[in-house]
Amino acid sequence: MTSADSAGLARIIRRNKRGDLIFAIAGFLALMIGVLTFLALFLQMAYAGWERLTPDFFMNFPSRRASQAGILTAWVGSLLVMLVTAVSAVPLGVAAGVYLEEYASKNLVTDIIEINVTNLAGVPSIVYGLLALGVFVYAFGFGQSILSAGLTLGLLILPVVIVATREAIRSIPQYIREGAYALGATRWQVTRDHIVPYSMPGILTGVIIGMSRAIGETAPIITIGALTFIAFLPEAPIGPDFPWVNFEWLKSGFTVLPIQMFNWTSRPEEAFQQNAAAAGFILVLMTLAMNAVSIWIRYHLRKDIKW
Amino acid sequence: MTTSLSGAAAFAPLTISDRLAKKALRNSKERVIEFVLFAAACVSVLTTLGIVWVLVSESYHFFENVPIWSFLSDTMWTPLFADARYGILPLLAGTLTTSLVAVVVAIPLGTAIAIYLSEFAKPAVREAVKPFLELLGGIPSIIYGYFALAVVIPLLQLLIPSLPGFNMLGAGIVMGIAIIPYVSSLAEDAMRAVPMSMREGSYAMGSTKFQTAIRVVIPAALSGILSAYILGISRAVGETMIVAVAAGMQPNFTMNPMEPAQTISAYIVQVALGDLPHGSIGYQSIFAAGLSLMLMTLVLNIAGHMIRRRYREAY
Repeated sequence: MTSADSAGLARIIRRNKRGDLIFAIAGFLALMIGVLTFLALFLQMAYAGWERLTPDFFMNFPSRRASQAGILTAWVGSLLVMLVTAVSAVPLGVAAGVYLEEYASKNLVTDIIEINVTNLAGVPSIVYGLLALGVFVYAFGFGQSILSAGLTLGLLILPVVIVATREAIRSIPQYIREGAYALGATRWQVTRDHIVPYSMPGILTGVIIGMSRAIGETAPIITIGALTFIAFLPEAPIGPDFPWVNFEWLKSGFTVLPIQMFNWTSRPEEAFQQNAAAAGFILVLMTLAMNAVSIWIRYHLRKDIKW
Repeated sequence: MTTSLSGAAAFAPLTISDRLAKKALRNSKERVIEFVLFAAACVSVLTTLGIVWVLVSESYHFFENVPIWSFLSDTMWTPLFADARYGILPLLAGTLTTSLVAVVVAIPLGTAIAIYLSEFAKPAVREAVKPFLELLGGIPSIIYGYFALAVVIPLLQLLIPSLPGFNMLGAGIVMGIAIIPYVSSLAEDAMRAVPMSMREGSYAMGSTKFQTAIRVVIPAALSGILSAYILGISRAVGETMIVAVAAGMQPNFTMNPMEPAQTISAYIVQVALGDLPHGSIGYQSIFAAGLSLMLMTLVLNIAGHMIRRRYREAY
């Protein structure tokens, strides 16, 4: 090889390596745009809403005066709606996931259910709101209530819970089942005593991710007609008199945190924008906390399981 | 052995018929449980049927009053005026424009992130950064809406002073950022599914990482990457709160992103915020809008899944 050839080769190598470096930097920058957006969003809301983050803000009803308005009805509403969502979506989703993994034989019905779950995950959330408006609010007569909202979000996160349950179950090795069957356990006994307990961390992760999505959902709840200004709390679920629990709160009108934030965001006054930032900060903090818990579960509870 | 069973004698020995009865009971219990689980699985199918039924039946009443042809061709959407006109085109233009802006942001950035994470980043970097992307994908869209209105649009106005306070450009850019994690994680999954031996073959021929990524990994993962794009577009089309907050609430038949406009989803929110009586034509119009939205996302979702299945290169 002449020296001219090797010089040319060296030049090509250098050029290619430069291309590599340039793309590595570009890719890293693209990634940083994402990460920095996240930080900017978080810090901007913290900064803009900081003054409003006082105990009063959590304990005050909404008000026409921005400085006295609070998120009491919003966080109570969010909490109660989440309760209904969890109670409806978790048993249904886990049962459906268990059925599809452990019971279903490979046939047309199973295929339809599977395709259907995949498709439901891609339906825009506002369409769930329309479903709930037609079915829960009017056809079933639940009205514009906490019950309707909770069930709507329950259906919305059902695919998330189902998919998480199935993935968790799929990772359990076959010999666990075979061992239990060999000892004479029935299918339900295997499921109840082995499959569900061992897949708990995975299921829990999915449930929390689903709930963190539900708590921020705004569009479907607006669609069923949540109020944006409410100055009363629903009846307490637990009371001092027999039978100590009552379900009147399910029928109550309500607002939730993201709707309260939307309401403030759509007002032109600067003071309300400040409230919106404060409410948004709380909302992001809640979704972050839930996501952090799910990541923690993923790393720590699963670590103990060694097949 | 029979003599040493004094301890077991405390249990009455089961006769054969007892055992059969117990077994029958257990079997029927098993069947009941299986049926209950099956019923739970059917709830998802019922949800789909419910969506189709609600959208189609309410839209049917709507189309009894508004001819479907004028719905598809009229360029005015003025449901709240005395002289109400229901042409979906302005809302469609708003939806398409914001989605287009979002796609222009999300596809290049999402692809670059996917290539970087799958081909360039060290495992430690990947593990550190992916939770951030997951968090970015988990942020409620109302927060993004606020961010668009409070931060991104004022910044854009510094660059383009004539930009109005509500516009599709700002809403679309933020929407694009919101769907980056979705596009990048699907595209990265597709790229990482490409077997290592193909990369090694390419490296052995003297290719750099970038050349391998562009000429080997991307072509091999193309179906997965395209389906990531299409599913990302479907997300953008159905996205609601960002555009409801930041794009303005006036139907506007334009494809100019510098202008304010309303999308199909934002219209539904606007009507739901008001107080239209159940059964009125305005009430029915949100279901017709929802049906259009549903059809658009359905076609995109089916196309996305089909591309991934049909054109997947099997290794």
